[in-house]
Amino acid sequence: MTNDMKRRIVKSHALHYGVCTIAALTAVPLFLIVLKVLVAGIGGFSWAFFSESAPSVYKTLIGEEGGIAGGIIGTLLMLLTASAVSVPLGILAGTFMSEYKHKKFAAMVSFLTDLLQGTPSVVLGIVIYACIVVPTGGYSGFAGSIALGIMMLPLIIRSTEEALNIVPTTLREASVALGASFPTTVFRILLPNAFGGVFTGVLLAISRVIGETAPLMFTALGCASVRWDMTKPMSAVPLMIWEFWTDANLQELVWSAALFLLLLVLALNFLAKYIEKRFT
Amino acid sequence: MKARLFSSDRMFRILLLLCTLVVPVVAVAIVSTLIANSTEAFEQFGFFGFIGSADWNVTAGSESYGAFSFIAGTLYTTFLALLICAVLALPIALFCGEYYPGRMVSKMLATVTSLLAGIPSIIYGLWGFFTLRPLVISLGLSEVGCGVLTAAVILAVMIVPYAANLSIEFIRMVPNDLKESAYSLGATRAEVIHRVVLPTAGAGIFSSFILAMGRAIGETMTVTMLIGNTNNIPQSVVDTGNSMASVIANQFGEADGLKLSALIAIGLTLFTITAIVNMIGKILIKKARV
Repeated sequence: MTNDMKRRIVKSHALHYGVCTIAALTAVPLFLIVLKVLVAGIGGFSWAFFSESAPSVYKTLIGEEGGIAGGIIGTLLMLLTASAVSVPLGILAGTFMSEYKHKKFAAMVSFLTDLLQGTPSVVLGIVIYACIVVPTGGYSGFAGSIALGIMMLPLIIRSTEEALNIVPTTLREASVALGASFPTTVFRILLPNAFGGVFTGVLLAISRVIGETAPLMFTALGCASVRWDMTKPMSAVPLMIWEFWTDANLQELVWSAALFLLLLVLALNFLAKYIEKRFT
Repeated sequence: MKARLFSSDRMFRILLLLCTLVVPVVAVAIVSTLIANSTEAFEQFGFFGFIGSADWNVTAGSESYGAFSFIAGTLYTTFLALLICAVLALPIALFCGEYYPGRMVSKMLATVTSLLAGIPSIIYGLWGFFTLRPLVISLGLSEVGCGVLTAAVILAVMIVPYAANLSIEFIRMVPNDLKESAYSLGATRAEVIHRVVLPTAGAGIFSSFILAMGRAIGETMTVTMLIGNTNNIPQSVVDTGNSMASVIANQFGEADGLKLSALIAIGLTLFTITAIVNMIGKILIKKARV
């Protein structure tokens, strides 16, 4: 073997090892983040953490621990409201997009869906502030859920559209040949066959907005007590982290809240992965 | 048989159309709200006066607002993040797309990267502040630890999944006969990657980085927690500053009047830049897929 050839082979191996090393390095930040959040946050998990409201300044001084119940309830209520509107709306709109994909109108909506999906969440926050919070006279849980709902919408539309596009045409032809109406075809044949993709899309949309802070800062604002009334300012788990993260006395609460959020997101992601595998 | 005017079929199609109409309505509402609420600032300072000025003075009486420092801060963090991201994402793409396509390790790596995309940005911010910032300080890079570099490093990790996932797809699409002809001419694997795989998949890889850039530009919480929040043009990679998103996150809460309008004007600028970058990315991807 000539020297030149040896050099080329060594170079090739070097690239291979380099690629493998750096690729393996990607796991490091994920590992470090999960480890740090776990170590710093697990100690704060207690009954009080899940059932009590956020500590006030005074309570913090006398060392009383608070909880994130207000945030959990706020996150749940806002997510439920946002999903109740965005999930059916997104699925039906996605059905339309898949049904009329060659029409000009669908192409335009597709472009706008991309635009919505790419909109920075903080921009969505200030838009809802100007559109909803100012006219209605104050911050509210509803304003927050509108912001979250708008963030979910394009994700659900896209995943529904994609899931429906891979349903075999023969199935729908068989349905139409049997005399089924269009709604029957959609609800009995198309959507059930696309269930895996649609449901995965919904879960991923929820997991994406569950940790969102920026769109809630100027809409739901946050709230110190446990609150069920969505017409008033409302807290959320990420909002509580944002509110307390610089407070040296509340570091354990902050990291526990971060751990809780991380576990939720990871659980939703794994569930989505499982469902995708199970149904497609 | 004549179709009835209000057959269930027709009603259902109308319902689908109505649901779809929500998208254009929301899009128009976003754009018109941003424009309507930012006119005050644009009228006061002029479009280029606002975009081009680095003045940010909130003192009543001598108020002056310009977005330039924040545009600079955004561009600075974004490009630095992209640079770091490329170093990480390209090897991942080659690993999963070229060296071990369809293998168990690749699937595991893909799962790890997709999990990185799932972590909420506020947790990235927390981790960056309490883990990376002390490291930056102890390395003597900067005294406060916050700044463009710290924000960009975390930002880079956050956008790796977006750049890597699409790049994998494009690298896997490189035709085998192309690669095999190169091998048959005696090329080594590195040469095939350098001369065949990367040039063929290049346009697609480039467009996936443009889309990752679109994400980085608008990222708010991480940057807000790590960039240092000062209203100046960052002078070096370790200097503090503000991005467009972080200045909104920091100052919108207590703003009113002209300042509120100026912040919404920054929002409009951010929205426009993101939209243009995303549009270019989508067009390039469509072209690369053909």
